[in-house]
Amino acid sequence: MSETEMSPMQRVFTTLGHKEPDRVPLFLLLTTHGAKETGLSIKDYFSKAENVVEGQLRMREKYGHDCLLGFFYAAAEIQAWKGEVIFKEDGPPNSGEPFIKSLKQIKKLKPPVIAESPVLQEVLKTIRMLNEKSAGTVPVLGVVVSPFSVPVMQVGFETYLEMIYNEPQFFNLLMEVNEAFCAEWANAQLEAGATAICYFDPVSSPTIIPREIYRQTGHRVAKKTISRINGPTATHMASGRALPIIDDLAETGTGAVGISADENLRDVKQACRNKLAVIGNLNGLEMIHWNREDAKEAVINALASAASGGGFIISDNHGEIPYQVPDEVLLTIADTVHSFGTYPLDRLVKDDE
Amino acid sequence: MPEVIGNFRNALLASDKDAAIDILDKYLLKHTPLDFVEAIAVKALDEIGTGWEKGEYALSQVYMSGRICEEMIDRVLPDQSGQRIDKPKMAIALLNDYHSLGKKTVYSVLRAGGFQLIDYGRMETEDLINRVLEDRLELILISALMLSSALQVKEVVRKLNHGSEKVKIVVGGAPFRLDRQLWQAVGADAVGYTASDALKIVSSLQGGKTNE
Repeated sequence: MSETEMSPMQRVFTTLGHKEPDRVPLFLLLTTHGAKETGLSIKDYFSKAENVVEGQLRMREKYGHDCLLGFFYAAAEIQAWKGEVIFKEDGPPNSGEPFIKSLKQIKKLKPPVIAESPVLQEVLKTIRMLNEKSAGTVPVLGVVVSPFSVPVMQVGFETYLEMIYNEPQFFNLLMEVNEAFCAEWANAQLEAGATAICYFDPVSSPTIIPREIYRQTGHRVAKKTISRINGPTATHMASGRALPIIDDLAETGTGAVGISADENLRDVKQACRNKLAVIGNLNGLEMIHWNREDAKEAVINALASAASGGGFIISDNHGEIPYQVPDEVLLTIADTVHSFGTYPLDRLVKDDE
Repeated sequence: MPEVIGNFRNALLASDKDAAIDILDKYLLKHTPLDFVEAIAVKALDEIGTGWEKGEYALSQVYMSGRICEEMIDRVLPDQSGQRIDKPKMAIALLNDYHSLGKKTVYSVLRAGGFQLIDYGRMETEDLINRVLEDRLELILISALMLSSALQVKEVVRKLNHGSEKVKIVVGGAPFRLDRQLWQAVGADAVGYTASDALKIVSSLQGGKTNE
């Protein structure tokens, strides 16, 4: 590291403070790629914290990005609720049939006990180990699925939407249980050494729910839950749009927002200036068939749109890069950020002209 | 007429079932149920679907609109009415994963559009192929949320197009919307980005052509 080179931790926190660090931080949010990296099946890979730690460290060594991810897969929370999880050979494990079969079950619903959940314990162990290995120089990210978004897996999407519209009593009961668990799970990750918590909340996106309903539901839930989380948070829309609710998101107390590939990055950055840092918005699905030129062009466009002034972390749009994305594309993304994302953005401006 | 469509669309967007039923009942004083489907319901649903694609409306509004409309049209145009459109012979399925919102929305919108179709529910790849062949379908609509499920469509296409009779395969779901080349990569005949796209695609296939 040269005298002026920052550690990933310094780089990320400088940009979160809306100042320009030494270069634009890069979050390659890689999960299942770790299985490829360690030569394991996805199921075996996620069976032990040691595998995930090894995968995360190898990938950071290979790509030189600015975070380590303690996250396994979204359905791990469903596993903790004793719901079904289906492993795939070529993608993240998926939640199975919703475990809440009737709304009446919500009245008796008890949140999982974190200490008794093997998968959540492996996640905490991973975070502890990653934190030790990186010795405070690299942010270790923890993840929670928001209380407002997790019901998609708990009761199923259709039932949940109908509950939001027509069953406020059950909705409120479910939120109460989910909020308590979410805050506890986030705080357990922070205590284990997570630097920040990514609050995955796609259902709050205007892509999924109108703003006026969001204000009465997901927004209230986020405000309550985030205030109970004892550390920094970033809200991720997991491919959903965020621009129409930027001010609402800022009110929830979150520090950053992960946005959609469908949005104009420049417009979002403008709306977020000095309120929220922006994370995004390379199209993870398109990465699958990108060549090196495509990857380079996408990165340069993103940097040109949003890097100026800090407050920007370049990343994918979904918060998880698909298993099928080739290493060559990831290497090109990383190389381009390293070459063109250095502040001041002279090279980027010249090449952009 | 545009005023009726607009009022009906607004009632659906607000999830105001009573207002929507009121519009239907008034319309039926002078027209047939099928007129309502063609002149009002399909157009209102199309406006909502297009609005969602443009970022003006939310997916919950697309879903709730489809559900309300489906329920209303089922009441005035029951299966045994003989007025439902039963060509092409088709079904809809959710491939492998458990995220059935897209499938249910498209099913509702097609039913609201007066079409007859079978809901296969969630199916694994091999079961889906066998069922499509058994039922001698002309068209199968496949919904997927997870990328790994979307990629399985390739296998469905390969097996279904093996014989002499080609089954048209229409795909939809988030992976196809976010990667606009994916439907071609998996070999589908057409892709729908909104539930109302399914109406246009299916209508065009009645004439034996896709509208991709």
